[in-house]
Amino acid sequence: MSSLTVLEPGPLATIQDRGRSGQAALGVPASGACDRASYSLANRLVGNPVGAAAVEVTYGGLVLHADGDLVVAITGAPCTGVPLNAPTMLRAGQVLRLGAPASGLRTYVAVRGGIDVPAVLGSRSTDLLSGLGPAPLVANQTLPVGSSVEPMPGVDLAPVAHPADGTVVLRVTPGPRRDWFTDAGWASLVSQVYEVSSNSNRVGVRLDGEPLERARTGELASEGMARGAIQIPPSGTPVVFLADHPVTGGYPVIAYVASADLDACAQVRPGQPVRLLSS
Amino acid sequence: MRLLPSGDRALLVELDDLDEVLGYYTALTADPPADVVDVVPAARTVLVTTSGSLDVLSRTLRAVTPIAGARTAGDLIEIPVVYDGEDLPDVAELLGCSTAEVVERHTGDEWTVAFCGFAPGFGYLTSAGSWDIPRRESPRTKVPTGAVALAGEFSGVYPRESPGGWQLIGRTPVRIFDSSREPAALFHPGRRVRFVDAGRG
Repeated sequence: MSSLTVLEPGPLATIQDRGRSGQAALGVPASGACDRASYSLANRLVGNPVGAAAVEVTYGGLVLHADGDLVVAITGAPCTGVPLNAPTMLRAGQVLRLGAPASGLRTYVAVRGGIDVPAVLGSRSTDLLSGLGPAPLVANQTLPVGSSVEPMPGVDLAPVAHPADGTVVLRVTPGPRRDWFTDAGWASLVSQVYEVSSNSNRVGVRLDGEPLERARTGELASEGMARGAIQIPPSGTPVVFLADHPVTGGYPVIAYVASADLDACAQVRPGQPVRLLSS
Repeated sequence: MRLLPSGDRALLVELDDLDEVLGYYTALTADPPADVVDVVPAARTVLVTTSGSLDVLSRTLRAVTPIAGARTAGDLIEIPVVYDGEDLPDVAELLGCSTAEVVERHTGDEWTVAFCGFAPGFGYLTSAGSWDIPRRESPRTKVPTGAVALAGEFSGVYPRESPGGWQLIGRTPVRIFDSSREPAALFHPGRRVRFVDAGRG
């Protein structure tokens, strides 16, 4: 069996696939790749079956050693020093060194055959909230590469746009607890320019800005929430739920991010301006 | 029943109370509609996510009739408990009874898993008894795996070590959640639970 060796993990690198959806009633979060389009593209470029496990790299820094001849593809946030959005041959002994991304936050490294670690509850995804799945990557770890493949796609380069720098606009629609906020609160949500907080992670993107005015006080009984939910905790500033979000939450959800914009939401980086557009 | 918007992949069904939630969840999952990805019951709501159209989901959800008596219809498991929790004396004081009487009430009630959340396999169990136990004023940073606890109208068992603010009344050696076991979770919505006094362990 072929393998990759992690020489340096960078700030955070985890194994991800499509996640564990379907088990939320048991309290099991969906998890899975945050930017699902980039993850899927990486797999397609190396001819992997749908759902193969890849590496999700947060803000570059990952250094991998090819223990044998391998084909890889790197998508998502464009890290310097590596070929992007194209299948690439790595010879045995070659080292892949991901620099910091020029824009975006999360980069996906797929290897032909997939990362072959044991699945937990049907998925190889690392869930940082629940502690399910493999631990984040560490130096000197060996990543086994599987053998389940499909024909190579015959594509040299996928013409995809890099994640945006500058202001990111995410479309939103009113959520189940829109009425917990005044009209002024809603207007503030969809007009102000937020800044992505450094407290953001795979659970959620926290946005810093002006607190929203509430129409009612009191506690909400915990209720189910889906990816893209915009929860407003007592601080009054939004948290947008990403892949590792808990299945239920106790703060009112004022809005949801359109599912078509969730991958872009997974690519915003701390300090980046974000606008929420009522759609 | 009220349907509330939850993005372009889900709807939130708001119901009157826990019994209706369990009845609705039981009816919906007995015959899962096409394209439904997840059904998440909670205290007053059921979140339903779909891979298909929201219009179809909306029509489907409106047509569901909650099953009456779902609370007492699930299968029953017994969970042995050593009742030596740190908060047992406090709970007894809150209820104005002896610790032995707390154990008697906890083992005497038949509990039902109303919903899960907080952590994989953590069930919120309710009973016909009138429990109303405040959370601890300051949550513990570490509650051990298997701790049996009370908060509000609920009882629960911590599936793994985690922070927690519930009042601890005992512990069970039973693995409530084990991701390498099939099924991983012992508690699922609708399941009935009886706690059994295991003495000093």
